[in-house]
Amino acid sequence: MNWKRASIAAATAAPVIGLFAWGLTRDPNSIPSPLPGREAPAFTLQVFAPGQGELSRPVGDSVRLTDLRGKVVVLNFWASWCLACRDEHSALSDVAQSYAGQPVQFLGVLYNDVPDKGTAWIAEMGGQSYPSVDDPGARVAIDYGLYGVPETFFLDATGRVAYKHTGPVTPRVLRYKVDSLMAAARQAAAAPAAPAADTGANTKAGKVQ
Amino acid sequence: MTNARTLSRTLMGAAAVLTLSGGVLQAQAPELPAAPQGAPQGAPQDSGALRVKVQGTLTDAQKNDPALDAATSAVAAQLRCPVCQGVAVQDSPSELAQQMRMVVKEQLAAGKSPDEVKAYFVSKYGEWILLEPQAHGFNLVVYALPVLLVLGGAVFLVFIVRKWTAAGPAAARAAPSGEND
Repeated sequence: MNWKRASIAAATAAPVIGLFAWGLTRDPNSIPSPLPGREAPAFTLQVFAPGQGELSRPVGDSVRLTDLRGKVVVLNFWASWCLACRDEHSALSDVAQSYAGQPVQFLGVLYNDVPDKGTAWIAEMGGQSYPSVDDPGARVAIDYGLYGVPETFFLDATGRVAYKHTGPVTPRVLRYKVDSLMAAARQAAAAPAAPAADTGANTKAGKVQ
Repeated sequence: MTNARTLSRTLMGAAAVLTLSGGVLQAQAPELPAAPQGAPQGAPQDSGALRVKVQGTLTDAQKNDPALDAATSAVAAQLRCPVCQGVAVQDSPSELAQQMRMVVKEQLAAGKSPDEVKAYFVSKYGEWILLEPQAHGFNLVVYALPVLLVLGGAVFLVFIVRKWTAAGPAAARAAPSGEND
């Protein structure tokens, strides 16, 4: 055994093994979005699925994001060809319904799909409480840095992206996020000089999932 | 002794592989649902009322402008297709990649520079969207490591050849491969 050689070999191996080990600690599927903390990209999109009852908006109505300032906005990108969207459908629809009358706007955004298929899908799933808009050419999806569907963005009352959820969203995450963002909005309204508490809410909520 | 040598050779090989696969450490595209079935191909770009970033749609002249197409291809070749594995937006037939190429084209047509268009995508998707990592911070490893390995290899060769030749022709004949030293 040549100890000099062996130690050179070990010294060469250590950084390589270290680098691979570090690589293993990273989830290759998690791509951090640069959007949270920034102002949400504005859009004006047309409603193709009206929603139900109190939450409904007429088909063809233009939804402008800037008009929703002051409300917590839950923006859910979905498609009729997306299987995971089926898992979260009832969670979104039920939770949205339970916040009726409060300063929260749930909005579905159709991604790379045709509105007719979206409408048929909603009927097949037993209806959706909140309206959905069409996004022709996926312009808004690209503006939000979308990778796939479903992805859900939580916008605070000041119009900033507070949190992005990739994959099917659960009622627990929805409620926690919406509640903390509404609380932050109330706090900000009570003490206008204080900075918005969205960053705190963001880190806390990250642990919920 | 032979084991140590074999080990060090293996490690050199491993280092080379690591260098070549520098991009592996970067996050890969997530597993995503299959491409949509039956969605309209390219139809939506004319819905000017719904535009977000670029207000004007392309004129007929711009749609058939070879220079603009070339500029679009050049930028799209540097962007990573988000729904693919290590494929450029330019090379992907996926719907999202087509739409991204259209966004690139419209932004270039609207007078943005290629760097500004790339900056737009970086602001939406993060630096991940650039196929070629920018040379700063940890990314420098990708650029520096190959150079360092080549230099290290050259130094190693100089030393090993000197050692072989220093032993003299007689010794070299006795142990031509240097395996028995």
